[in-house]
Amino acid sequence: MINLTINGNAEEFDENSTLLEASRKLGIKIPTLCNNEFLKPYGGCRLCLVEVATDRAPENSRLLPSCCTPVSKGLIVKTDTERVKKARIFILQLLLARTTDSQELIQLGKELGALVEEGALDPVGEYLANRTEKTADTKCILCGLCVRVCSEITERHAISFYKRGMEKEVRIPFNKVAETCIGCGSCAYVCPTNTITIEEVS
Amino acid sequence: MADFRTHLMLCAGTGCVSNKSLEVKEALELEIEKQNLQNEVEVVSTGCQGFCAQGPIIVVKPDNIFYQLLNVEDIPYLVEEHFLKGRQVEKFMYNPPDSKEKIPTLDEIGFFKKQQLIALANRGLIDPEKIDEYIGRGGYKAAIKALTQMSSEEVIEEVLQSGLRGRGGAGFPTGLKWKFAAGSPGDEKYVICNADEGDPGAFMDRSIVESDPHAVIEGMMIGAKAIGAARGFVYVRDEYPLAVERMIKAIKDAREYGLLGEDIFDSGFDFDLKVNRGAGAFICGEETSLIASLEGNMPEPRVRPPFPAVSGYNGKPTNINNVESWATIRHIINNGAEWFSSIGTEKSKGTKVFSLVGKVNNTGLVEVPMGVSVREIIEDIGGGVLNGKKFKAVQTGGPSGGCIPESLMDTPVDYESLAKVGSIVGSGGMIVMDEDNCMVEVARYFLAFTQQESCGKCPPCREGTRHMMNILTDITKGKGKPGDIDMLLEMAMLVKDTSLCALGQTAPNPILTTIKYFRDEYEAHINEKRCPAKECKELIHFDILEEKCTGCTVCARNCPVTAITGERKALHVIDQDTCVKCGICKNVCKFDAVRIES
Repeated sequence: MINLTINGNAEEFDENSTLLEASRKLGIKIPTLCNNEFLKPYGGCRLCLVEVATDRAPENSRLLPSCCTPVSKGLIVKTDTERVKKARIFILQLLLARTTDSQELIQLGKELGALVEEGALDPVGEYLANRTEKTADTKCILCGLCVRVCSEITERHAISFYKRGMEKEVRIPFNKVAETCIGCGSCAYVCPTNTITIEEVS
Repeated sequence: MADFRTHLMLCAGTGCVSNKSLEVKEALELEIEKQNLQNEVEVVSTGCQGFCAQGPIIVVKPDNIFYQLLNVEDIPYLVEEHFLKGRQVEKFMYNPPDSKEKIPTLDEIGFFKKQQLIALANRGLIDPEKIDEYIGRGGYKAAIKALTQMSSEEVIEEVLQSGLRGRGGAGFPTGLKWKFAAGSPGDEKYVICNADEGDPGAFMDRSIVESDPHAVIEGMMIGAKAIGAARGFVYVRDEYPLAVERMIKAIKDAREYGLLGEDIFDSGFDFDLKVNRGAGAFICGEETSLIASLEGNMPEPRVRPPFPAVSGYNGKPTNINNVESWATIRHIINNGAEWFSSIGTEKSKGTKVFSLVGKVNNTGLVEVPMGVSVREIIEDIGGGVLNGKKFKAVQTGGPSGGCIPESLMDTPVDYESLAKVGSIVGSGGMIVMDEDNCMVEVARYFLAFTQQESCGKCPPCREGTRHMMNILTDITKGKGKPGDIDMLLEMAMLVKDTSLCALGQTAPNPILTTIKYFRDEYEAHINEKRCPAKECKELIHFDILEEKCTGCTVCARNCPVTAITGERKALHVIDQDTCVKCGICKNVCKFDAVRIES
């Protein structure tokens, strides 16, 4: 067992757990978009960032993704500081500025304070909400859950990322349904924004 | 074998080759044969000699006479005068920008004088494709020592004591990295050479692989011995065809000589290397992305820990170092940690190679001890700013670095001092900017690069760099709004704080430093819709000065959009609505009558 402090509470945790698992065990809510307990941690969406320092240098803290950070002795973890809240709001505002009307993201945005009344936004939020054009014509936020479930769980490798940066998207090989696809629907099931839908074909 | 009296060390690095040095070589050999000197004068193709601005260059040994900017047509005269008649040819010698005196020998040229060569020790002295020449200059001596006379612990201790820090950018102590990899459990380990150099304006690593590939191999052999690896990879981008070719040849030659393979030097140690060509994604310079790419996966960085020293290639302990770090290792083993740590500053030991580019007279590759000042590099080695213009700033560390203004030119170049002023040593790019460079445009340029090279895994880097680029683009177009500077600073800090890997974490640096040192330029763009450097097209216009215009009609005839009208010998006028601000009129005017206004 490993001793560390989360939000002021010193507790013992299983040495194989992550900060996300440890926090949730204490009933602390940490939002995630790219995490799934059955998949390897990815650390991509950055929503689960928490502020971490060590007891040797408590003033020297960093933001780390709780899903990928293993518990270790003497860590001081804070999950709800101003810095953490600001970071999460920024990430969500970036995603909202990207996608077209994802109800799931709007809901999360309201919960985390990223979507607030007109006039209550800070300058960065104001810019992202009102001065940018949508950057993608899809609700996909590139969290990679579909790609990973297809390779890690079903081992079908039927979809993959394509290109990089702003041009990145999830694709089927050569724009044709992969021969390996078994239509299991796992990708649609894990998608946090309901971008992938399954059609019944007779 | 012929006993030559003179060797012509001809630079066959990529810079000189693109300036036709291979044609010059052919002409030299032809002419030497014509003069029947083929048993007395030999032409040797070397790797990059560093002074790229003056290429093609040759250095005449043994006298070290330096000839530059050679053309094929010059060769018959040169060969006859110097190599037949023995008269040195002044007209091909180097002329410093601030003097009329020609400088005959390499050692007296300012560009070379202040340099100290360790990673580039064989610069201009060997043919990189001949393993015998490398061995003749003491090559593989350090590998023999490390493999047959030293224990792994002793090798690591030597590197640790030397104080060598990673030359790829982050500056992590190399010996410590090796110690971690050596201490990681596992009997299958790997070493990797990161030659995926991709910063705009940087060519240190390319040059080292091209001009001294065996130095990299030897370093990797020593590193492999230290951590217990039997295999290694050289990950080099495919845009460097010459580097790829020479590394493949060097590995093949080393194998034939028994320097790679099984039971090297009868030491019981096995080691072999493979070249992997990268497809040119900047993100592959990040170690976890590089490893993913080597494994055949999408090059995306992953969260560390675990570090590659624990779980790297195929999940095995892996030690990854940059080209320059590897090329330095053999000198530490040969000369000892104490020698190496006597060079440089307290915390930054040894020398560092920089590629000096931009608005500077002596463009090229320089190796200097850590701790020399920015000013010494730019003024003494670089020969100052091009065309006598005023120095404005230098961007160090490429798109991940920051700019350093004139007021901080005496900053010593070492890891700590550059970090203190908001920049980084990085892999060693140095882009010099003069008074004509708009600093908002500089920041926009680097953000355009990083947003294009972002892998897209995490939103702050993928989306954030794009938004920041857009804000900067708006400012350069005069569409910036009051408050945008502070908003940009806030966004930059958020991207820095929340990004997954170093690409996103450092991408805002050019913005942060240009705002820190040149905030007035940002303000002029936003508040006065004016570009003080007169570079941003939307904010400038061209005018013809009445008192200077002679009515020669040259500008009107060269204008691609016929925006200029005027009779012969009468004042010419630019129609501002038609003008596309290409600047041709200003360039062709012999009377300096065209002015840019902002």
